[in-house]
Amino acid sequence: MFKGKFIDNLPKIYGTYTGGFIVFIILMAIAEQAGMSAKLIGIFFVAFTVLIYALIGYLSRTMQTDAYYVAGRQVPTVFNGMATAADWMSGASFVAMAGGIYFKGYGYMALLVGWTGGYVLVASLLAPYLRKFGCYTVPDFIGTRYGGNMARLSAVIVLTVASFTYVTAQINATGTIASVALDIPFEIAVYVGLASILMCSMLGGMRAVTWTQVAQYIVLIIAYLLPVFWISNKMGAGVFPHFMLADEVARIAELEAQFGLGEIKNSAADLKQVPKGLAGITKAHAEVNTTPWKFISLAVCMMAGTASLPHVMMRYFTTPSVKAARRSVGWSLFFIFLLYSSAPMLATLSKLSLMDPNLATGIIGKSITEVQAIDWYQNWNQANLMFVSDFNGNGTLELNEFFMGGKAVVLATPEIAGLPYVISGLVAAGGMAAAMSTADGLVLAISNALSHDVYYKMINPKAETAKRLIVARVLLVLIGFAGATIAALEIQGILGSVIWAFDFAMSGLFFPLVLGVWWKRANAQGAVAGMLGGLIAGTAYLIAVRSGYPGFWGVTQLTFGIVGSLVSLVLMVVVSLMTKAPDAATQRMVDEVRIPSGKAILGKQH
Amino acid sequence: MSKQQQHWEKTRMLLFITLAIWFVFSIGIFFFGAEMEASSIRPLGYPLSYYMTCQGSLGIFVILIFWFANRQEKIDEEFGYTEREDD
Repeated sequence: MFKGKFIDNLPKIYGTYTGGFIVFIILMAIAEQAGMSAKLIGIFFVAFTVLIYALIGYLSRTMQTDAYYVAGRQVPTVFNGMATAADWMSGASFVAMAGGIYFKGYGYMALLVGWTGGYVLVASLLAPYLRKFGCYTVPDFIGTRYGGNMARLSAVIVLTVASFTYVTAQINATGTIASVALDIPFEIAVYVGLASILMCSMLGGMRAVTWTQVAQYIVLIIAYLLPVFWISNKMGAGVFPHFMLADEVARIAELEAQFGLGEIKNSAADLKQVPKGLAGITKAHAEVNTTPWKFISLAVCMMAGTASLPHVMMRYFTTPSVKAARRSVGWSLFFIFLLYSSAPMLATLSKLSLMDPNLATGIIGKSITEVQAIDWYQNWNQANLMFVSDFNGNGTLELNEFFMGGKAVVLATPEIAGLPYVISGLVAAGGMAAAMSTADGLVLAISNALSHDVYYKMINPKAETAKRLIVARVLLVLIGFAGATIAALEIQGILGSVIWAFDFAMSGLFFPLVLGVWWKRANAQGAVAGMLGGLIAGTAYLIAVRSGYPGFWGVTQLTFGIVGSLVSLVLMVVVSLMTKAPDAATQRMVDEVRIPSGKAILGKQH
Repeated sequence: MSKQQQHWEKTRMLLFITLAIWFVFSIGIFFFGAEMEASSIRPLGYPLSYYMTCQGSLGIFVILIFWFANRQEKIDEEFGYTEREDD
């Protein structure tokens, strides 16, 4: 069916795959009509997609270092864009983002701006230059550019702290979705999630992760966009929701005023009845509800963090050329944009369908007993994601008496809007794809840094290829298990730890990476001081704020990267200037990195 | 000035322009959230502040990266630093 080289056949292969997935959705819809149970549909969706990813992972197995670490550097621009988008959009983006917008409005949108604006920094400051360098990992760049094991090791430490914080959240998310869809306890579901993640990455490293991530992107984008368009059309809100929801946004503002949003406050005793993790609508949907500095500081942290997170950066090491790396960043952001610009629309549709008394789905203003009898309310109430209570005893559900979990906006809206269950199954598969793809990228980033930079470059430089790749795989499994064990303890929420990961990465790596390309005078001593000093300062500030210190400049535990990165910048510049300039060979190396043509600094196999 | 220095000069200029545009749409305009909200400019009927956070800035970033990539390719071409296809 597919003649010639694999790479040349990619559009055909993934076209067939997409078609096959759509046929599968239709078959499931037919099965639902024929009476298949909702639970079985959910199991089919998750199990079928995960098996496909595992199959791709198996077919991409390899015993070559450049295939294992950088997918053989032959991933075409557009496909690398899709893989990066999947790598990037985590369980938090997929499941929690629309919910965040639903509850927090404008203030939360700083994350949207930050998580997209960061790609401009990636494209202009870093990706093409690191691609030219020809490194396998981010610490590989730091170690070669600055020279010395100390710089390399510092980069590995920052990478591990940031990525590990992030990966526990992702394994947690795969566990949550697997436990709901497959109906198994969370503690077991976490390890089921882990097994699926390892199946995709263990045999083929970056090559396997690349081709599964493309497949995962296709599933997750269909799973996100299909319900948004369907609900919008069903409600009569607009054929193309992104361009046509202005009336709905205005209508929500009207209803907020009508229902007395912000005027009626719940007492502390009333709020105690509300299950943990659920929230009511307390902020206006589209109003500017935060100070400029709060908005901007959060956006800045997310942008600088984006440009420093190694699992994103290493995706651009896999393109065939520098030019392709640059364009590939544009495609990545385009594919991310498709989902991010849909999240506010989903939040709008979800809110309106619950609030508007003119719609059949509206519940505010109905009698409490009537709402409590609705099927979907009972389901989601049981799942601990919805709650109503008649605080004022008037028998009617008021806006301040309705509570929902953040995940419910994505997970429950299709059901509330009256879409068939097959869509909910599809959404579960999409969430699983989003969480798995990010977890894969992160686990691989950590284990590659440990196997390539610590084991091969520092401990045993004479190791043979086979031995290196076995070490890499053993580390991959160990890190996966460590992540799953911590995830099973459920210490932090998903979104909080994701934001921390950005702050950690920004604190330790942003300036050492950027100055490595853009400032020739930067040397090893400065870089080490910058990486370790920044990481320590950021962490200390985080700990201080969490234990009661009020903080300064309005920097909170979500934006501690500002403190960390400033310390990092100052230390790096001061220490660099106080010590000897890098030698002529290093300066020549930086000159080489700055032009796209010619040989890579590091050889093809190293 | 050597060819390589000239190339780097142009590359740096392009970087500054790109970062300036990036700054305006990721940071600059959000100093004026309240003003944007009150503004009579309403793209597609949405309040301007809402529109920029949902689509406006995001879309501009996508276009900006492709524009930057094109310009940089032109600079590289001008100085003969374009990569060979088989690289």
